[in-house]
Amino acid sequence: MSSALVNLILQATLDTLYMVAISGVISTLVGLPLGILLYTTRPRQILAQPVLNQVLGIITNVGRSIPFIILMVAIIPFTRMLVGTSIGINAASVPLTIAAIPFVARLIEGALNEVSPGLIESAQSMGATPWQIICKVLVPEARGGIITGLTITLVTLVSYSAMAGAVGGGGLGDLGIRYGYNRFNPTIMLITVVILVVMVQGFQSLGDYLVRKSDRK
Amino acid sequence: MIELSNVSKTYGSGDSAVHALKDVDLRVPKGTIHGVIGLSGAGKSTLIRCVNLLERPTQGSVMVDGQEMTRLNGSALNQARHRIGMIFQHFNLLTTRNVFDNVALPLELMGEKRSVIKDRVLPLLKMVGLADKAQQYPAQLSGGQKQRVAIARALASKPGVLLCDEATSALDPQTTGAILELLRDINQQLGITILLITHEMEVVKSICHRVSLISNGELVEDAEVGEFFTAPTTQLGREFLNDFLQLTPPKELLERLEGAPGPSTHPVVRLTFSGDAVSTPLISRLARDCNVDVSILQAKVESIQDRTLGLMIAELLGSETQTREAMDYLQSHQLHVEVLGHVQRTS
Repeated sequence: MSSALVNLILQATLDTLYMVAISGVISTLVGLPLGILLYTTRPRQILAQPVLNQVLGIITNVGRSIPFIILMVAIIPFTRMLVGTSIGINAASVPLTIAAIPFVARLIEGALNEVSPGLIESAQSMGATPWQIICKVLVPEARGGIITGLTITLVTLVSYSAMAGAVGGGGLGDLGIRYGYNRFNPTIMLITVVILVVMVQGFQSLGDYLVRKSDRK
Repeated sequence: MIELSNVSKTYGSGDSAVHALKDVDLRVPKGTIHGVIGLSGAGKSTLIRCVNLLERPTQGSVMVDGQEMTRLNGSALNQARHRIGMIFQHFNLLTTRNVFDNVALPLELMGEKRSVIKDRVLPLLKMVGLADKAQQYPAQLSGGQKQRVAIARALASKPGVLLCDEATSALDPQTTGAILELLRDINQQLGITILLITHEMEVVKSICHRVSLISNGELVEDAEVGEFFTAPTTQLGREFLNDFLQLTPPKELLERLEGAPGPSTHPVVRLTFSGDAVSTPLISRLARDCNVDVSILQAKVESIQDRTLGLMIAELLGSETQTREAMDYLQSHQLHVEVLGHVQRTS
């Protein structure tokens, strides 16, 4: 294999990691508070706001139900406004992030839902404020579930980022389509797939390790 | 001191309304241990949660150590809750914090400095006998140890009142005894007022000073523990007592029991006696003075704190006049006589 091709594969791998990292970090930063809000504003919860909860729930569901490939195309004007272009890895990171936010939010909500209600009640009996309950009880107690959720998100982002290749997003998916599929190069196709598999495996193992470390049950 | 006045709690409204508490009045003087006993669904949990406003009463007022809880909201309520400790049936310890940090939690919530926290937590762990477990996590502890951690945590903010929500219901009898002993020590050493809810008479018997009986959201009895165990005034109270003492007539006797006396029947009575009556040889006097023979079917003597309680199920053998006189005699000596029924003479 020529060194040019090796460089190409290396660059594509870095591009994929870049897209996953950017969208992973931003979607966590937005999705974590959103997930906490989705949980804590439920009726009879510590910040009970049934109307807000309904609205957030609907927005999240809408975001979750749009197929990624459609979302990617549909928000091109927004992407262009944000990063000045609609192709390349920065442009691809925008729909990836937007798709991941509601995904992360629901997973966080699910993780918080696993925390025993008795713990919230006992914190309330100690005079904890809602903010203290979130920071000192809910999030720490749900951290295993939260890490599991973020691992699932990263893995999903890897596969979505490959889809972003289809619209000129760059990264391994793009490489696989252009060289592997369009130019009938099965070796390139195989290499990209193998790298993707290794990447997913890596994220999963890291996530599992962190969950094990945080688990005191 | 805890004082509930006309406290009602209703869930829902209109036809689907559920009245969990109806017009409850309860006064727990400072430094005493008060038990509320009742069957599940009677409103015990709601009652205890109304004290620290985990449940806000629909009506009525709640005073704790001179502060009217029901007037408080937001941060004032949180401040007041720092003065009320609470422990739970399922301990509710944070699984991701070790023992030390669990006990430190209420102090952290109050914004105490790390050095203050350390000075406060270690003596508490010593008091509950877990000084060597400070670095362990709840998953490594037994149920009894977890409840000890929860007790230390509840006491961390130096509360004047401790609420115990079925604190021993998830523990085996031996551990229950040890936890109750700890609660009694705490009550005596710190002078803390304790309100506990339970469905176990054993808990009431071993540590409470006073007890209330709750049924369908209403307090139907309120008595000194000794009084409650010797002479409950309600049917439900008697059922609790009989279950606790396991003094019910043998099945074989129950089958022969007839409601009304006949020409050739003996009365079967349940005698409850306390105080001086326990140490008086009443049965032999019965035989001598009333000429009635007594066939004892079951008997038990229990000591309830400083009182002794005797119970007996017996058949009185004699003519109708003689047995009636015998019962009058017993009653005149402060025995509680309950006629369970009548059986045919066997001989």
